[in-house]
Amino acid sequence: MATKILIAGFGGQGILFAGKALAYTGLKCGKEVSWLPSYGPEMRGGTANCSITISDDPIGSPIVDKPDVLIAMNLPSLEKYYNETEPKGYIIYDSSLITKQDTRDDVITVGIPATKLASDNGLDGLANMIILGRTIKETCILTLEQIKSSLSQMVPAKKAELLTKNIRAIELGYNYR
Amino acid sequence: MSEKVLMKGNEALAEAAIMAGCRHYFGYPITPQTEVAAYMAKRMPKIGGTFLQAESEVAAINMVIGAASSGVRAMTSSSSPGISLKSEGISYLAGCELPALIVNVQRGGPGLGGIQPSQSDYFQATKGGGHGDYHLIVLAPASVQEMFDMTFKGFNLADKYRVPTMILADGTMGQMMEPVSLDANAVETYDKSWATVGTGKHEGRNVINSLSLSPAQLEEWNKSRYERYALIEKDEVMYEEFMMDDAEICVVAFGIAARVSKNAIVAARKQGLKVGMIRPITLWPFPKEVISKAADKVKAFLSVELNMGQMVDDVKLAENCKKPVYFYGRTGGVIMSPDEVLDELIKIEKGEAKQW
Repeated sequence: MATKILIAGFGGQGILFAGKALAYTGLKCGKEVSWLPSYGPEMRGGTANCSITISDDPIGSPIVDKPDVLIAMNLPSLEKYYNETEPKGYIIYDSSLITKQDTRDDVITVGIPATKLASDNGLDGLANMIILGRTIKETCILTLEQIKSSLSQMVPAKKAELLTKNIRAIELGYNYR
Repeated sequence: MSEKVLMKGNEALAEAAIMAGCRHYFGYPITPQTEVAAYMAKRMPKIGGTFLQAESEVAAINMVIGAASSGVRAMTSSSSPGISLKSEGISYLAGCELPALIVNVQRGGPGLGGIQPSQSDYFQATKGGGHGDYHLIVLAPASVQEMFDMTFKGFNLADKYRVPTMILADGTMGQMMEPVSLDANAVETYDKSWATVGTGKHEGRNVINSLSLSPAQLEEWNKSRYERYALIEKDEVMYEEFMMDDAEICVVAFGIAARVSKNAIVAARKQGLKVGMIRPITLWPFPKEVISKAADKVKAFLSVELNMGQMVDDVKLAENCKKPVYFYGRTGGVIMSPDEVLDELIKIEKGEAKQW
């Protein structure tokens, strides 16, 4: 069983880090994982995206063009990958930045105002982790405990205050509503 | 085995080079290989090594010639346009019989091209990008773990045969992160009494040189090098076979194209198509024999590459007109999807595909 995840948004929204958190957690849980960023000039102000695969078996192509889980953090990204998402897949998007009419009934679409939640809760710049928390809750690809534990290993000890904020953000998304 | 860590291919390669004893890195930044240089810049000063950002690619490769002449493990890395600039120096390395590691994290070309992944330097790497009668040993990793392991292999082979070795990766191999086990591979040591390190330890002078104005002597040099190339072709071929036992169509692909093809093969099998793959790990020496043997069993070959058709020529030479050969490729930095490869396999099965 393999889960193909695509996180897409603007450069600077923490797309790559959110992806790394997922991949690293998968690794810590004994899964096969791959993480492939878009790279190059599009990262400066344009769109950034990141392919993550978490699998029980060795991974073939690391490129996710038809995600099981799409995390969209801006409208162009949602529009680009909306119809590419696999049937029965999940589309999680930042509803404070995106207004979108659902036109598909074969996917589970979940909006969460991640950017607004971030600024309302003193977590500016952590909309990525809020939407990640929601994604974990909706899709059950990993547990909250697993991602919290791996984050504490990813963030160096001298940046403990960042860890606390990141975990708060994940929990906020996870427990939203 | 140590616990696996999550690392970019470029970084795993750089760490492996250090673990393999390389203390001399000369480079010049270019996307998508810059992490190799960045990693070296950070690590080399801490372990008494040399990281030097040269004024150009041409300078960097000539610094490699200098360092390698003294018998140390030296390397450089770049991406396609940078490798073209280094090609003169690579030919000199070959002519001087110097071991060194050259890494090409390929991007789309020709010219300045683009920065997205490509395999369009296959000809350049395997047929000689520089002038003269020579070969590089060319290794094609298809995972971050292989980026790590092939770096040890590359240095070992270079030292063993006194030939420059190239790792031919691409943008995805360099940029992607995968779990990698950073266990040191064997570091082989070979006699380097030819090195120009002064006469302290022996009589007479050592000379490292590729110039010979005597045609007879130059012919001898070339012939003796080709004797070593023959040994390399006999002993050092590496490949992976995937689902080849009962395969009727044999995909041949390396690097990222092989990864994409694996997905296509698994999907094809679900539709009842008997497809397998031979993945060359050494592009030179090319796994001719296994392909020739496969030609006695399979119905057709499909070469899948991120270029307009380069390795497919070697597939044809190896299978020696026994079976039809087809090609599927994308170029310019576009990566094919598994579905596109699957479509091609179905076309071949139905007899609708055009032979190369």
